[in-house]
Amino acid sequence: MHAILTVFLKEVRESLRDKRTLWSALGFGAIFSPLLFAAILSFTIKRNDPLNEKPVTLAVSHTERAPNLVGHLIEYGITVEPVTYDETAARAAIQQHRQKVVLMIPEDYATRFAAGQPAPLQLYSDSSDQTADRDIRRTKNVLAGYGAVITQLRLVARGVDPTTVAPIAIHDVDVSTPASRSVLALGTVSVFIFMSLFMGGMYLAIDATAGERERGSLEALLTVPVRRDHLIYGKILAACAFMTLSLVVSVTALSIVLRRVGLEGLGMSVNFGPRTALLIVLSCLPMIPFGASIMTIIAAYTRSYREAQTYLGLITLVPILPMMFASMMGLQPTAALMAIPSMSQHFLITSLLRDEAISPLFVGLSVGVSLGLGAVLAAIAGRLYHREALLG
Amino acid sequence: MIEVNGLSKRFGAIEAVRDVSLRATDGRITGLLGPNGAGKSTTLRILYTVIRPDSGDALIDGTSIVHAPLEARRHIGVLPHSAGVYQHLTARENILYYGELHGMSRADRESRADELIELLEMKDFATRRAKKLSQGQKMKTALARALIHRPRNVLLDEPTNGLDVMAVRNLRSLLQRLREQGHCVLFSSHVMQEVAALCDDIVVIARGNVVASGSPDALRERLGQTDLEEAFVQLIGTAEGLE
Repeated sequence: MHAILTVFLKEVRESLRDKRTLWSALGFGAIFSPLLFAAILSFTIKRNDPLNEKPVTLAVSHTERAPNLVGHLIEYGITVEPVTYDETAARAAIQQHRQKVVLMIPEDYATRFAAGQPAPLQLYSDSSDQTADRDIRRTKNVLAGYGAVITQLRLVARGVDPTTVAPIAIHDVDVSTPASRSVLALGTVSVFIFMSLFMGGMYLAIDATAGERERGSLEALLTVPVRRDHLIYGKILAACAFMTLSLVVSVTALSIVLRRVGLEGLGMSVNFGPRTALLIVLSCLPMIPFGASIMTIIAAYTRSYREAQTYLGLITLVPILPMMFASMMGLQPTAALMAIPSMSQHFLITSLLRDEAISPLFVGLSVGVSLGLGAVLAAIAGRLYHREALLG
Repeated sequence: MIEVNGLSKRFGAIEAVRDVSLRATDGRITGLLGPNGAGKSTTLRILYTVIRPDSGDALIDGTSIVHAPLEARRHIGVLPHSAGVYQHLTARENILYYGELHGMSRADRESRADELIELLEMKDFATRRAKKLSQGQKMKTALARALIHRPRNVLLDEPTNGLDVMAVRNLRSLLQRLREQGHCVLFSSHVMQEVAALCDDIVVIARGNVVASGSPDALRERLGQTDLEEAFVQLIGTAEGLE
């Protein structure tokens, strides 16, 4: 057992002296992931928030044909740009991105309007242009509002109570709290934490296996009177240490960034103080032996350092997939889902950020399954080191 | 003392070692001579317990490599074919790491490391990181690492490969010193002159078989050749793969 500690200490010492290992353990978690996260957040904030205040610009062809309508548009904050287009010109203006939305008022608009017949209006836009979505929606709302006003006026003029044509009235009640609204944006937090976590142990796992073989120091190591599985356990533990370090660094950095970015301005509150940060670290810890073992197994199977690098690069993406899936599908934690490593940690992190209570059963499942699978994988890694093919 | 009895090892369709038996006694240098691919490395790898034989056994100071490999490893010091050292550790740290893995106490391994640094004239670079060492210096580090636990038996796989003339001379004198101290030294080589110059006993191996063994004089006598080189060519059937 003492040998496990010896190997562990040697691997840690060597890795602390290796710039690349240290950089991947700390650099990604401390610098790259918070920066990227801040960029994503501020992008989301920009998209969601201040655009609503910006006036919509609408090109209206032949404003003189419907002065009341145009007056209504202006009244509701739409900047009307008078133009004179025919159908081809309107299409061209949209396609060449000179206009986002064009409202055409046909010649017969006024006569049909006066006759009490449906008065035609044509709205040109490009539905594949996502930036125009908001303008189109606003324009349609304002136009529908105008239609409603006219309907009411006409009903009143005929002596009918306007409420007879409004049998139901819908009131939107939004029960989302600021914290729950921010979660969509914060769903990416767990992704960044896990990427840092895996990056932290990646080079150590490669160095200790494929690297050791490639540099020719493995064969001599196997001649010492230590069981081979003990050698690999020491290496896995060293990878665990670096992953823990990377985890702590990245959660701390993310916590600082989140509080700096100031989501409160968005109407979102974030529960990411030191206590939450600590709990997030604790809920991710059971994942570490699992990750370290699986990276060690894969690196031990590969023929060269480069090959190991390629495969492990891909492996870091695997735990991300269940998280993305849970995030996109809006999944709620269930006992079955809590038995999936990485997805269960994602639920724990999300619940902590939302400041919601978590069932102890779910916590137990997440910790138990992750640790259990980690132990199984470590044992597999130990067996793998008994194979002769290991020498390559 | 190393006693090898009928070792065989097969890798897929290739029979790397066939019924190899030999003896390497204390206080003598035994050379394993043969062309490349003859099975020298495989034999040594089995002896230093990195791979298991399909059949046969070997006793190292009476300990079976098949039944008690961990115990057998305590009695051997190994310089494998690719004797890489840890780049980010100093030469001395590399040596001490093996002492610790052999279960030596701190005081013991430190004094032994100093002794070896003295013996192998490593003082100038002992505290330098291994990645900055020359090939010869790395070899010395690997050798000191192999000797840290004072093994009675020393196994070296093509130890002179890639070394310059000075380093080869140093290695020779070290092996001779180990012999004087009563160690059992077994090394493999495909360089005939080297084996002829250094060895008390020679085991000639070809195509996985031991084709002859004995002292250089005995071999010459047996084959009726005054020239050792002619004797080897006669034994192996060809000069190919020998130097």
